Amino acid sequence: MFAEFLQYLISGVTVGAIYGLVGLGFSIIFNSSQVINFAQGEFVMIGGMATVSLISAGIPMPLAMLGAVAITTIIGVLIEKFCIEPSRNAPVVTLIIITIGASIFLRGMAEVIWDRNFHSLAPISGDTPINIGGAMLLPQSIWIVGSLVAVVIALWYFFNRTLMGKAMLATSYNRLAAQLVGIQVRSILLLSFVLSSALGAFAGILIAPIAMTYSTVGIMLGLKGFSAAIVGGLGNPMGAIIGGLIVGIAEAMTAGYISSAYKDAVAFIIILGVLFFMPNGLFGQKMVEKV
Amino acid sequence: MFRNIMKTAAIITVGTLGCAGLATTVANADEPIKIGTFLSVTGGASFLGDPELKTMQMFIEDLNATGGVLNRQVELIHYDSKTSSEAAGTFVKRLISQDKVDIIVGGSTTGNTMAVIKQIEKAEIPFISLAGAGVIVDPVKKWVFKTPHTDKVAVAKIFEDMNSRDLSRIGMLSGNGGFGKSCQKNARALAGGAGIQILADETHGKGDTDMTPQITSIKSTDGVEAFLYCGFGAPTSIVAKNVRQLGLNVPHYQTHGSASMKFVKGADGAAEGVRLPAAALLVADQLADSHPQKEITMAYKTAYESRYNDSISTFGGHAYDGLLIAIQAIERAGSTDKEAVRAEIEKTTNLVGVDGIFTMSVDDHLGLNKDSFVMVEVKDGSWMLVH
Repeated sequence: MFAEFLQYLISGVTVGAIYGLVGLGFSIIFNSSQVINFAQGEFVMIGGMATVSLISAGIPMPLAMLGAVAITTIIGVLIEKFCIEPSRNAPVVTLIIITIGASIFLRGMAEVIWDRNFHSLAPISGDTPINIGGAMLLPQSIWIVGSLVAVVIALWYFFNRTLMGKAMLATSYNRLAAQLVGIQVRSILLLSFVLSSALGAFAGILIAPIAMTYSTVGIMLGLKGFSAAIVGGLGNPMGAIIGGLIVGIAEAMTAGYISSAYKDAVAFIIILGVLFFMPNGLFGQKMVEKV
Repeated sequence: MFRNIMKTAAIITVGTLGCAGLATTVANADEPIKIGTFLSVTGGASFLGDPELKTMQMFIEDLNATGGVLNRQVELIHYDSKTSSEAAGTFVKRLISQDKVDIIVGGSTTGNTMAVIKQIEKAEIPFISLAGAGVIVDPVKKWVFKTPHTDKVAVAKIFEDMNSRDLSRIGMLSGNGGFGKSCQKNARALAGGAGIQILADETHGKGDTDMTPQITSIKSTDGVEAFLYCGFGAPTSIVAKNVRQLGLNVPHYQTHGSASMKFVKGADGAAEGVRLPAAALLVADQLADSHPQKEITMAYKTAYESRYNDSISTFGGHAYDGLLIAIQAIERAGSTDKEAVRAEIEKTTNLVGVDGIFTMSVDDHLGLNKDSFVMVEVKDGSWMLVH
């Protein structure tokens, strides 16, 4: 009985950590521009697909991963430069629609450049499961959760201890005031795309050994990551990660204990419930108080 | 004035005569027989349309080289539907009214096929679909036929194999897409008659990344003797990996939706030992020489692979059979009269095709039963025929 609970928890935490990483990307861009970037899921896809194609081109795995993150980051920068920046004075809704367009474009390009097949990536350290109290844990899950922790620490350091990070936070609190004290808000927007696309690609590489990678893998992951960001409070990076874990664990527990048919429904009921009682998400309110 | 009228009359007469002359030419037996097709050569289902078109072009070229049918050459008129239902509708309209084809063999996906059925029935033209779902021929539509196996036939074959191994209590997991749902429904419907008990019946969503909760719950169900997965695409490999991770050590079955090397490669070794029903074409070289499909599958495989330098897929086989059925029906009908050809397609009996042995009837416009499948098992990263 306990072994099953543990198994559901492992599944929930692994998947939730990925939702959290994707949600983090949504939050960072939202913070600096109030835009919800619906191409976030495509960054995840490009990260995975680029790694697969670089490895098949004979590049060793660590280099291929770095290369894939770099490629995705360049694409993120291009989207910001050529899609978002030229229309930065447009209403936020217009910008959101632009990101939807960008996501469709990226999916189409991925199908042209790569293919429509699904691909697997070798796990970082083997695929022999580790037995913990009867539950089976894949080494890749440890990598995913470990990476999430590392990302959280790095982001905390970036936002609280570096000038650049503080400038980003300041811009998210009050754009005009930030501009008045000499912060280049335009480069902040660019930086947010750099961070988000790199994080997205990173998530895509980590999940590929478990969930495969294919041209449309970003649609559902993007949607779940968005849900995670909403549950945690849009704009709060830590909120996105906790939101991701909540959605992931809820899904796994529902599939295990209630019925797998209601799995997605329960995740969305949680989101509705959270939004109903706390319209700003679980941690959204604190941000406003801080201001 | 009078001269003008005479002149006009003369022009009209000449024109009419000319047209009549043209009409005679059209009806001439030397004109090619026109086979129309619309396939998803690009777009979402290009993995279906591409081998299908290549197969059809090869088939028609070989046929014409050996004299065609009824001493007439055969012309293939093709449009790429780009996997769009709207485009499929437009092209079928063009095939019927502009190209005036004698028969249509095409439609790579169920969506594209269903989108054109109304037009086909209105125009009363024989149509052989290459798409998978049972709904195309169930209920039976007078002018519509199809060649690929349905999930119902696959489930029947799987249950037969389970019976032969004395496995009767199973746990199953299905995707919630069209294929997975239909397969799950058929498994539930057929289980009773086959002496199979479904103890656990789980589903997973589209785009799901991890099915360990569902499989854990199947694993902890008492008495499960075998595991069946219904679905296709990336989840087939994810499920195989999850089963290995959780150490679910019971016979593992999947459907013909997994009969692709992508499944084996994607699963990274976790597909070993998975059993599934597949078209004989997949293991053509392992078939016994006495197997009725040995000759045709080997001939198709050799011809296709040497011509395109590409490995065969079972999808191309559907197109091969579609043309085979059409050509033989035209031959038996002795003309391209639409009703006569349609009636002859319906009378197809014991036709040995790549997909199986077709015997159609008024109530069965597919004509394949579970014996058209062979069971294969993944061994050393390849398919092994199970005897």
